[in-house]
Parts: sequence; C-alpha cells; structure tokens
Amino acid sequence: MLKYDIIVIGGGPAGLAAAIEAKKNGVDSILVIERDRELGGILQQCIHNGFGLHIFKEELTGPEYAERFIEELKKLNIDYMLDTMVLDITEDRYVSAVNTDKGFMTMKAEAVILAMGCRERTRGAISIPGFRPAGVFTAGTAQRFINMEGYMVGKEVVILGSGDIGLIMARRLALEGAKVKVVAEIMPFSGGLNRNIVQCLDDFGIPLLLSHTVIDIKGKDRVEGVTIAKVDENLRPIPGTEIDYSCDTLLLSVGLIPENELSKKAGIKLDSATGGPIVNESMETNVPGVFACGNVVHVHDLVDYVTEESRRAGKNAARFIKKEMAEDCKIIETVPGNGITYIVPQVIRTENLQDTLDMFMRVNNVYNNSKLVIKADGETVKTINKRHLAPGEMERIKIDLNSIKNKAISKISVEIEKEGV
Amino acid sequence: MYDVAIIGAGVIGTFIARELSRYKLDIVLIEKNSDVADGTTKANSAIIHAGYNAEVGSNKGKFNAQANPMFDKVCEELDVPFKRIGSLVIGFDNKDMETIKGLYKNGVALGIPNMEIIDGDRVKEIEPNISDKVIGALYAPTCGIIGPWDLAIALAENGVENGLQLMLNSEVKDIKEEKGKYKIFTEDKKIDVKYVINCAGLYADKVHNMVASPSFKITPRRGQYYILDKSAGDFVNSVVFQCPTKLGKGVLVAPTVHGNVIVGPDAEDLEDKGAVNTTADRLQFVKESAMKSFPNIPINKVITSFAGLRAEANTGDFIIGESREAKGFINVAGIKSPGLASSPAIAKYVVDLVRGLAGELEEKKDFNPKRKKVIRFESLSSEEKAKLIKKDSRYGRIICRCENITEGEIVDAIKRKVGATTVDGIKRRVRPGMGRCQGGFCGPRVMEILARELGKEINEIVKDNPKSYILTEQTKNNELYDEEVEKFVASAIEE
Repeated sequence: MLKYDIIVIGGGPAGLAAAIEAKKNGVDSILVIERDRELGGILQQCIHNGFGLHIFKEELTGPEYAERFIEELKKLNIDYMLDTMVLDITEDRYVSAVNTDKGFMTMKAEAVILAMGCRERTRGAISIPGFRPAGVFTAGTAQRFINMEGYMVGKEVVILGSGDIGLIMARRLALEGAKVKVVAEIMPFSGGLNRNIVQCLDDFGIPLLLSHTVIDIKGKDRVEGVTIAKVDENLRPIPGTEIDYSCDTLLLSVGLIPENELSKKAGIKLDSATGGPIVNESMETNVPGVFACGNVVHVHDLVDYVTEESRRAGKNAARFIKKEMAEDCKIIETVPGNGITYIVPQVIRTENLQDTLDMFMRVNNVYNNSKLVIKADGETVKTINKRHLAPGEMERIKIDLNSIKNKAISKISVEIEKEGV
Repeated sequence: MYDVAIIGAGVIGTFIARELSRYKLDIVLIEKNSDVADGTTKANSAIIHAGYNAEVGSNKGKFNAQANPMFDKVCEELDVPFKRIGSLVIGFDNKDMETIKGLYKNGVALGIPNMEIIDGDRVKEIEPNISDKVIGALYAPTCGIIGPWDLAIALAENGVENGLQLMLNSEVKDIKEEKGKYKIFTEDKKIDVKYVINCAGLYADKVHNMVASPSFKITPRRGQYYILDKSAGDFVNSVVFQCPTKLGKGVLVAPTVHGNVIVGPDAEDLEDKGAVNTTADRLQFVKESAMKSFPNIPINKVITSFAGLRAEANTGDFIIGESREAKGFINVAGIKSPGLASSPAIAKYVVDLVRGLAGELEEKKDFNPKRKKVIRFESLSSEEKAKLIKKDSRYGRIICRCENITEGEIVDAIKRKVGATTVDGIKRRVRPGMGRCQGGFCGPRVMEILARELGKEINEIVKDNPKSYILTEQTKNNELYDEEVEKFVASAIEE
C-alpha cells in the first residue's frame, strides 16, 4: 500500500497551493490527486483575465495563474496523479482511488487536504418549469465547450443568474458572435462582482433585469424560447409581467455548491449555510488530520482568496504532521448574527493563531453605509464602517488576537448595524 | 415479407417483440424516435403495482395480477434492476380507512397475495418519516420498483440478439391493407408484413385509424414528478400512496431502484400529445400533496423534475385484441397504469393472439433468454474493481463523478446491440447525467466518447431526437488559423 504524509484531493488552485505550502513547511511525502487530465482545475477554462491581482499584483488569465502553481509544484518535486478519481476516504485517512494506469489503489495518509472545489447548481435544482430540450447549459459547462472543446453552444442566448461565471460567459458569447439578449437575476441585486457587471454587460450593451426569473422553457428538441417574469419580494413571479424571448440557448449561473460527497463518507460535519465542512482556524475539519480549503469549504469570489486560504490549510497540515498543532484547547465558536449568512472558520482555538484572527463571511443583502460589529460573548470588540456590502463580495475581517486571547470567551459573533440605528 | 411488425418500442412493444423472438418468425420493431423507451416508458412512476386497484373483471385487473409475479424471472434473465419493497396506501381518517378496506376486498377478489391492513404504529415502523396523522394503511408486500427504460432497453437488446429487426427513426406515416396483408410506409421505407401489432402508445388511435374506422380515442393524461438526490435515498422505504381518487392513484413517494426518491404524479387531461413540459402550479401541487404524507420530505434535494403522458383510452381499460375491421391487426392500446406492471402478461397474451392468427408457432432451438450482464462499476467490491481495471483499463477512468460511472461502462452501452447513439441514450443506459450535477461535468466527456465510438464529429452528437443538437459550430477554424500563422512566420523569417 502506498503511504504519504499528506494526500491532497483535487489539483485545482486550492489543492496546488495547499500542497506547495505543505512542502515548503517541511513535509516531503505529498501526493496530489486530480480527476481531470491536467492540473489547474476550472482555471484552465477561465481564459479571461483578472486573476492574480492580490497574489501576484498583476492581471493573469486563468491558465496563466494555474501555470505558476503547476510549475512550482513540479519544481518542488511534489507527486501528482492525473485522470485519477478518489472513490472513498475513511475517518482514519485511508484513501481509495482508481485510474487506468494503476487500477484500484488504497493509500494511507497521515493528513488529508480536501480541495475538490464546487459544482454548479442546475436547472433541476431550481425547478424551472417547461420542456427539457437541448440548449440549456450551466454557464461553466458552456465555458468548457467554448474555451476547451472549441465549439459554440448557440446563437441567441438568454442567461439566468448574474453570478460571475454567467457575466463572464455573457461577454465570451458576445465576443464569439452570439446575440446575448438579456441577463435575468431573481434577486434585486447581482450575485457577481461589480467589475464584472461593468466589463461584461455594460460594455457590451447587454441588459440586466434584476428581480426577474425564467418561468418557462419552450422547444421540444432544442430551446426555442423562454418566458421571463418579474418577481415580488417573496421571489414569486408576478402575473402579467411575462415577457417572451426567442432564443436557442439558456445559460444558467444560479449558484455554486461545494462538492462534499467524499467528505460525508469520511464522517465530516458540514455547515448547512456554506455547504462545506465546518473548519477551525487551521482549516481542519471535525475529523482530526483532515483539512479542507478553497471552494469545497465555501464558494469564493476570487481565486486569490482561495490561494491564501489554501496556503493556510497546507501550512497547518504540515504543523499537524510535525505535531506542532495545539489539539486540546478551549473552543470558541463563531456565530453569524443579523445580516450575515455564514462565517468561516466556524471554530477557533486561539492557541493555534499568532497575532490576528481572520474571518471570512458573506452578507445576506445589499447594505449601504452600515457597520460590521464584532462581539465577543455579546461585548463589542471591533466595529468596521462599510460604505457598501453585497452578497456577491466576500467580507474579510481581521481582529487583533489580544482582544480575545486569554479571556474566557465562548462565542464571537458578527452582525450588521445599519447607520443611524 | 415480415411475419410480424410491431409499431412502437416502448415497454409494451419491446416486451411483445422479445416474447415473439422465441419463435421462428421474421419480426420488425418500428419506432419513430431515435431510441427505444423514449415515450411514456421513460417518464412514469416506475412501479410494479401489487394489483389491488383495478376493477374485478377488467383487463387492468387481470393482467396486473398475472404479471406481478413474472418480474423476478425476466429481470434476472435480462439483468434489469428490480426490487420488491412493498407498498402502503395510507389513511388519515375513517373515510380513508373505508376506502382502504374496499381496496383490500378488491385485491382479494383479484387474487393479490399477502395484503394486510395495518395500524398507524406499524406504518410508522415501516416508514419512520411518515406523517403522525396517518392512522393505518393497506400494506401489499408484492409491490416492486424497477427501471422502466432499463427493462425496455434490455428487452429490445435481447430480442435483437434473438433475430428481431429494430428500425429506429422510422415514423409510420401510413398503413395499407392488400389481400389480407399489410404495407407499412415510413418516411423512406415500405415494409410488407402479415400481421401488425399496434403498440404506438399515445398515438395508438392514429395508427389504428390508418386501417380501420375510429373505435377508440387516446387522451394524453399528464403527470409531473420530482426526483430527489441519492443523499435523500433512505428517507422512504416503500412505495407510499395516498387513497386513490377519480383521476388515479394520486401522488406517491417512493425510492427508485437507482437509489433516488421519486415524488409524483398529478393528473391532468390534455389535448397535445407532445406536451411533456412541466408547470409551476402542478409541481407545487405535487410538492404539497407529498408533504401531506411526509411533512419533512427534503424537497430542497430536488435534482430534476419531469412530466410524462399516460395513454388514457376513452374505454377506461386496456384495449388488447384484433381489430374487428382489420384482420391480422392487433391493438395493444390505452396501456396506462398499471401498464408497466402488466407488461409481461400482456406480452404473453399477445403471443397467444398471434398464435391464433398464424397457427402453431415453432420455437427456436437457439433462443437465448439471457442478456449479457451489465457491469456496474460502483456496485463492485474493491477486489472486483481492481480485477476489472486490470482486464480493461477503461474501467479505471471515471467519467461521471456523481455516480462513479466509468468510460468502460459508457463504451459498453454504445457497443451493445441496441446501443446508445445519443447523450440521453447513454444517460438512460448507464446514468451519467442522472446525478446531482445533471451532466454539467460529464456531458462534454460523454459527447467526446460518443463521437469517437460512432465515428462522428462532436457537434453531430445530439441529446435525443435528430433536431436536439447541443453544439453549433467550431468557434475558430483552426486549420485556416494554423495556415495563416505559418505564412506569417515564414514571411517574418524571410524578412
């Protein structure tokens, strides 16, 4: 049986950064397992630019960003397997996987880093009524067809959902000569980054209809049209507001879901708000020695943030291997308060932190001129003024460790306080 | 000249075709769609009913009761997934319990074995998640769940292995009677045949009217369903019905034989025989009805919804027999629920009808009732997986990550008799695209394998019928591009 100190599951941006960081922190025996035919994950199909502004202080395309990590991985002689699927992980960190070359393998790891990423929410999951013709694609699948296979998916396109991939694909399709008729978004605000709305819709004259959704799909063989309607505050379609669009393609960008089927097999507890594992300050799950990072934990807006998070996971997995991790500590829970959807990490052990505590979160609505208030057991420890908060933009909060260390605190909460309240 | 032409390759047509392929007959199975099992067979509740519902003396009652015990053998022979998990008709009040007693008596009269009326506590034991308001139920242990399209595909494959000829993409445009024989016209073919068996489902009336004056009418009765993710698979253990109403057996909640949960259907009479679209109001009704049986049903785990059309005959019963006007023309029409559950008995009966017309049928000595087993990678043990990949490395490449389906299984589904030629064909045979990602990840890979194995370009691969194209054209003409680059480089070097 193959034995490794660390097995990293997933060779996308999260897995690459975690493996590299673990190696740099003194762990030699590392294996990265990737199910696709090359490393880099979804970055390989993201041929637009805008990656790396935080990590490299320059604008890279997805494949360029991935390549920097792939080169480093190779230079560091980290083992990896391509075209290899992990079938099972056990609580005691046996990993079974298959590929065409080595067949069925069972491997033992001292630590496992989960970096499987996420998948797209589908038409079925949101139950759009109508026919089930060809021509309904999730935005990421369409992106793969166009950018990797080199084939167009249609000529006249309606997009539902204004998540970042949907916005990027609106521009991509327009550049390839398709007519993108409209982007409909059920929420009264976009779930994508503001810069993408400007660069991908506004610059191409593509209208964005907020508070609108697709209520019917027509066409028995191929999409022939969709009906879009305005929705009320409960997101229910308002009768009389229906507009028919003729189109041959419907693209969906209606959310991403962390892929945690393997995590469940290993007995890992998930957070219902993120869909990802509950992790502590070291990105370790409830199963000791199993770490997680990137979109498998919570969906990030920017790959740069995935890289940062994954470096922390890699570094801490190395500390775990070297037995430097403080294990039996008092636990502080983070609690999403008013206006906050989730907070990562969910569990904090201050003994494993150095100077600051970093928390990542999303808000549940658009807020202007408001405050993020951080409280420790109900007492305010920090207040941050925010001109603009939106669900599409992940918030990162740093607090000074001294403000919570050595105090008998059991909960840290974050909530939104509106201006003037 | 064929001996027998069967029109329609749903579960009824394929079952009859397979049963007839036991005999020395030239048989042709004619299907308008690009695959078998592409109509009502692909969109129904997938239940082998115990058989207590139908009226005593009706075809439905007779055939369902006869057919239910026949499934174990045929599913074993053809390697079709089938499980007897039992059914419950639950009652919420005394009126329901009266209905349930009536069903029990009806079932006894029809000869349905081992039924029991059980109290609320026993219902709760069988179904821990059921509503606390349930006071009792009719329990029928012989009810089963099956993959309806798996069955029809397996029947067609086995029939073809035994000499049956299958014509896909062949819509019957007209049929002419000539001297007691028939000539069937499709878009591009004329088929001469002695006997015709009309299994055209929703269109059985249209096909019948090609040879005789109208004597029945088929109305599409639409039913809509939800499918829940496999992670909800253990939420329900048996097929749970509410008390039947005039429109049918009502909304059921049941596990599927593939490990998902099925919720539905409603019932709605329509005119359009192509109206397989779902609607928001009806799906809402299905959801609310299911929540009456199971208040905590995890409806947020929906992975897809669909609609199917039942072929409802205006006679109210299955129409099975030779046309009075057209001799040698056998109708098997109006086969709505419990049609799937009755299919083996219907097929046996129709073989007898053919025997009545053609005289004694001679059995083929080399008839093979078995189908080559389908390898299902995910269900193998670790040792078996290791051995299989060693033998054929394509089983080591996972294409569908939701259901762990390998390239080996997909290639096998293409290479078999009655092999898949479309994305939906692959999905129905080996399930990539049936999982939670609904083909988002595996779709491009499946198309690539189809194109390679069928010797086609990837943009020639369709979802289902020929007009259901998925890709349009190449984004860039790469050859031209390469040429231009070469020219540019050459001229740059010259300079």
